[in-house]
Amino acid sequence: MIIGEQKPLEEIKELIGDARKVLVAGCGTCVAVCSAGGEREAQILASALRLAFQVDGNSREVTEATVQRQCEWEYIDPLAEQVAESDVVVSLACGIGVQTLVERFPEAWIVPGLNTTFLGMPQEQGIWVERCQACGQCILGVTAGICPIARCSKQLLNGPCGGSHDGKCEVNPDIECAWHLIYERLRKLGKLELMLRFQPAKDWSVSRDGGPRRIVREDLRVLPET
Amino acid sequence: MSEANGYKSGSRLEKLLRAGHFVVTGELGPPQSADGEVICQKARLLKGKCDAVNITDNQTAIVRLSSIGSGIICLQEGVEPIVQMTCRDRNRLAMQSDLLAAYALGVRNLLCLTGDHQSFGNHPTAKNVHDLDSLQLIHMMAKMRDEKVFQCGDPIKGAEPRFFIGAAANPFADPFDWRPYRLLKKVEAGADFIQTQLIYNVEKFAEYMRRVRELGLHERVYILAGVGPLKTPGMARYMRDKVPGMEVPDALVERMEAAGRDIPKEDKEARNAAWREEGIKITVELIEQLRQIEGVAGIHIMSIEWEEGVGLIAERAGLLPRPTVGELEDR
Amino acid sequence: MSDNGFEPQITAFMCIYCGYMAADTAGALRIPYPANVKLVKLPCTGKTDPRYILQAFEEGADGVYVVACPVGNCHHVRGNERGYARVQRTKKLLDAIGLGGERLEMFFMSGGQGQAFADAAKEMTERIRSLGPSPIKERVNELTG
Repeated sequence: MIIGEQKPLEEIKELIGDARKVLVAGCGTCVAVCSAGGEREAQILASALRLAFQVDGNSREVTEATVQRQCEWEYIDPLAEQVAESDVVVSLACGIGVQTLVERFPEAWIVPGLNTTFLGMPQEQGIWVERCQACGQCILGVTAGICPIARCSKQLLNGPCGGSHDGKCEVNPDIECAWHLIYERLRKLGKLELMLRFQPAKDWSVSRDGGPRRIVREDLRVLPET
Repeated sequence: MSEANGYKSGSRLEKLLRAGHFVVTGELGPPQSADGEVICQKARLLKGKCDAVNITDNQTAIVRLSSIGSGIICLQEGVEPIVQMTCRDRNRLAMQSDLLAAYALGVRNLLCLTGDHQSFGNHPTAKNVHDLDSLQLIHMMAKMRDEKVFQCGDPIKGAEPRFFIGAAANPFADPFDWRPYRLLKKVEAGADFIQTQLIYNVEKFAEYMRRVRELGLHERVYILAGVGPLKTPGMARYMRDKVPGMEVPDALVERMEAAGRDIPKEDKEARNAAWREEGIKITVELIEQLRQIEGVAGIHIMSIEWEEGVGLIAERAGLLPRPTVGELEDR
Repeated sequence: MSDNGFEPQITAFMCIYCGYMAADTAGALRIPYPANVKLVKLPCTGKTDPRYILQAFEEGADGVYVVACPVGNCHHVRGNERGYARVQRTKKLLDAIGLGGERLEMFFMSGGQGQAFADAAKEMTERIRSLGPSPIKERVNELTG
């Protein structure tokens, strides 16, 4: 899922600027699961903003609303009225949700309330870890199901580098060396020959480097009647 | 020309290795400024003390005068450079283009590296590139030289860059069992010579080399063992305890400590001199031990910010004078 | 009782086990404690939620504290530890808001410790009195005359 982290209150206040009516828009999917931008967090942020503006002697009207998903038109339509009545919308969704709001409500001023950090999973309660970079050409089939693009600090395809120590990455002892993990897993499964294979230069054109990406599925499209 | 006599690059380093000389390479760190004179001075200290000199590429991710630019200055000083290139700062376009220029300007030796992570340097907020990894860089340069094609496969319609291609190896990094195979991958990708990480634990390196020989790699690639003088007991402890992939035996740390023990703390100069003397002594001993290991084709002396050290060590290890190209042609 | 004439309003969240029992014990033993504390029961301090705490401040509390079972003795095993972590996070949020994290505190005590309950109420009352009224209430007062 998409993992996010709320921006500091001070930064959110700056983004709100002089707006009098503020709507905090939560999202009930990924960012709710990672406790960054769901209903609870939207309520906490709205409350915190009301208090903070009062402390500053400059009260504002801060309301909040949460939809199940901010990244699809039909889910955000119910927000239309509240958005229209607000001077600013603080979206607690990921960057996709923010932009979906922007595209649906072009007249509204929408600002992000969180930083979209990565695609990952909860490793344990309260700890989230990165697992995918959406590079556009999955290589997990040759790397024992452990992604070096997302998990090696240098994105090596032929690792590990000389900075692998005791299974940890030289960059930070909190980072596991992805190539050490790959090596250990291949060894245990008797597939080390996969690691001997030279992995050629990656085709980054299917990644973000090729420009914004788009998928078209003709079998799913509903084309206008001719 | 070099093709005619069977050399890949025709560099002095390649010729010496091919002729069976036990080679010596040094290292030169470019300045964090536009002062080319610093490079001239360092090059003069190294001239005649070693066969070729590594020029680091923004080492430890700190911005410095470029390795290629510094390499050219070395050439002007009569010192043969081994230009280092990391995968951190350039994509495949920039790498090829810069290396075409380096070749055109006379550089013949190239060392392909992954590069230290930018978080260690003075621009930790930089975006890193890693378009290619070090193996892919080796492979690209070998194909440019041997197949006359760019990375994309397009033919090079003109002079191709013919580098003597080097790679690094860290025998002490984990997983230890994999390291000889990683070397194998580098050789298969096209590496002509290897320079290793600093070696202090000869026993472990000997075991690594035994496995390397089992794979027959010592006959396919020239392996230069990396050494470097310890300068203080603090440096020895730091390298032992804090540097990933570095192994400094306690006995060496104790020797460094003992060297300055009887000198009063106030006499800093004398203590430093004693430590450096011990550091050189240890390095000379290490070189003697490493030379005995089958498959070690030379020594790479990394004397960080102490370029005089290379000459002192080479002298004491009986590695001077270095052979001249003239002698080489006569062989 | 008041030094500066300011009688703080305090909201105390307490679990129905140790926290509320301690309050009850204080009453039964007739141990005096400040009367300005509004008690709110939680099934467990593991139910502590920044939303409740912020709401208390929005509604005019000058200070808030949470009373839990002793660490290691929570009736829901580790609910009080979760509550403590949330209190710490909310303290930081109160700092960012400008109210100050010191207006929020957490106390641990067993059900029989009536004196500890009274001491906590006194400690918070004195702390908040010295800090002065919540700026929120001052604003509310300004607005309502």
